[in-house]
Amino acid sequence: MAGEKMNELSIDTELTKKILTGFIQTEITRAGFSRAVIGLSGGLDSALSCFLAAEALGAQNVLALRMPYKTSSQDSLDDAQQVIDALGVPSLTIEITEMVDPLFKRFPEMSNRRKGNIMARERMIVLFDQSEEFKGLVVGTGNKTEILLGYSTWYGDAACSLNPLGDLYKAQVRQLAQSMSVPQSILKKAPSADLWQGQTDEGELGFTYDQADRLLYLLIDERYTPEECVEAGFDETFVRQVIQRVRRNQFKRVLPPIAKVSNRTVGYDFLYLRDWGT
Amino acid sequence: MKLNLALAQINTVLGGVEQNLEKHLKYIETARQQGSDLILFPELSLTGYVLQDLVPTVAHHPNDSDPVFHELLEASQTIDIMTGFVEEDERNRFYIAAAYLSGGKVLHVHHKVYLPTYGLFDEGRFFARGDSVRAFDTRFGRVGMLICEDFWHASLPYLLWLDGADVFLFASASPGRGLPSSSEGNGGGKLASSRWVDDINRAYAGFFTSFVAHTNRVGYEDGLNFWGGAAVFSPDGEPLIHGPQHQEAVSYVTLDLNQLHRTRARLPLLRDEQPDLMLKELTRITQTRRE
Repeated sequence: MAGEKMNELSIDTELTKKILTGFIQTEITRAGFSRAVIGLSGGLDSALSCFLAAEALGAQNVLALRMPYKTSSQDSLDDAQQVIDALGVPSLTIEITEMVDPLFKRFPEMSNRRKGNIMARERMIVLFDQSEEFKGLVVGTGNKTEILLGYSTWYGDAACSLNPLGDLYKAQVRQLAQSMSVPQSILKKAPSADLWQGQTDEGELGFTYDQADRLLYLLIDERYTPEECVEAGFDETFVRQVIQRVRRNQFKRVLPPIAKVSNRTVGYDFLYLRDWGT
Repeated sequence: MKLNLALAQINTVLGGVEQNLEKHLKYIETARQQGSDLILFPELSLTGYVLQDLVPTVAHHPNDSDPVFHELLEASQTIDIMTGFVEEDERNRFYIAAAYLSGGKVLHVHHKVYLPTYGLFDEGRFFARGDSVRAFDTRFGRVGMLICEDFWHASLPYLLWLDGADVFLFASASPGRGLPSSSEGNGGGKLASSRWVDDINRAYAGFFTSFVAHTNRVGYEDGLNFWGGAAVFSPDGEPLIHGPQHQEAVSYVTLDLNQLHRTRARLPLLRDEQPDLMLKELTRITQTRRE
C-alpha cells in the first residue's frame, strides 16, 4: 500500500512548470511589478526558484543574490554561480560577514542556532533592500517538506512575497529541477542550509528527506492516521517525532494572531484575497 | 437543427465587474462574428471567484434596469448568452447565479444549490443556497443550467433531464489540484480536478443521452489556479471538443441536435426511465430516515 502511494510523489513536470511559471508571472504582474529578486544559496530549492522565475519573467528581470558569510563553503558560491551563468540572470554578491559579526562578537557564547537565525534574517534584509532597488518581488524558495517540518527561520529564509515551491515535497522539487536542467552538482549534493561548516539538513533533522517526504505525503495529502502510517511501515517514534514537529511549527505558517476586540478584525472577519481588485 | 456554440474560458478581475463586463462584451462580439448562436461564460464570470467580503459589493440584478445587465441584454439581441454573477434578492440574500439571456430577455436564472464549504472552499459562509432546479425553453429546445458543485450531486442533472432538458449547460470556477504523475504522460497530463470533471460530464452525456457543455475559468487568484478545459460531450458520450488547459480561449463547436433523435432511437434510456418508481423509493427512504 505504502509503495503504491509513493508513486504519487512522482509528478508531471511539464504541467507543474506551466502552473508555477504562470503563478509567478501572474502574481508578480498583478501586484504591479515585472521583476523578481532571489537569494541563491547554491542549493536545489533556490536554484529551481530561479529557473522558474527566469522562465516566467525573462532572465533579465530576475536578480540573483549570493550572500555568503565568511565560513560559507566555496562550493555553495560556485554552484550559485553556475545557476547565474546557465540562466544569464543579473547578479550581485553581497557578503554578510561585516553585518552579522558585530552582533556575534557582542555575545561570545552564542549558539549555532542563534547565529544561523541571525544570518538568515540578515539575508532577508539584504534581499528586501534589493527588492526595493531592483523593483522586483522576493520569490521564496521554501518547499512543502521544509514548511511542514518548520525547518526554516521565521522572518528569515521563510520571508518572501510569493512562493512557487511551497506545495512540492523535496523529492518533487528534485524531479522538477532535473527536468529544467538545473546543474548536476546542485542536484547531486546533500541539502544544506550551510549555516556552519559541515552542516547538512538531514544531519540536523535526524532523518532523511526521502523518509520525511513519504511520511508527510501519507499524513497530510492522504490524511492517514499516525497508526495507519505505522501499519504502512514507518517507525512509530519517527512518526511521533514528525507529527510533533509539524504541530509545534504551525506558528511559522500563519500570521501572528490579532487579539479580537472590535466587531470587525483583520484575519477573522475582514476577509479579502491579496489579489483583491486585480 | 444545429446549435453553434461558443465556450468562453476566461480569466477575471477579482471584484472588477466593469472590467469583466468589458471582456464579456468583447468575446460576445467575437462569437457573434463567428456565427455562434450561444456563448457560455464560467461561474462568477462577472466577478471573480474567491470573493469573500467583496460579495455584497459586486452583486447585481438580472433585469434591464441594472447597468451591467442592460448591456448584456442589449448584446443578447443577436446571440444568446449564459453568464455568471452574484445576485442579491429583494431580501438581500446573495446567490451564486447563472443567467440565460436571449433576444433582450432573461429567460432563466439559476441559483447555485450546492455551495461547497469544505477543504479549500468556503462558499456557504458567504452565499445563500438556491432552492430549486428547473429546465427552460430556448430557441434551441429545452436546456438546463448548473453551477460547478451542483453537478457533483447526480440528483440535479437527473431532475433537469426529467424536466425536459436535452442540453446541459454547466459553468465552473474549478481550482486546479492534484498533479498527475510522470507516468501519466509528461506534459500531456491533466490535473486530477480536470479529469474528474471531464469524467462525470462524459458520464452524464451518456446516462442522459443528452448534450453536456461545460466551461470553466482560467487564471489565478492568489495561489489558486483555474484550469479552463471547456468541453462538450454528445448524447453518445463522445467528446466533441476540448478547450486548452490553463489558457484563456473561446472554443467553437456545432451541435447537431438531430443526434438526440438518432441516439435515443438506438438507446431509449429516457423512454424507459421510471420517475414514479424513483419517487416511491425516495419517499420511502426519506421517511425511513426521519423515523
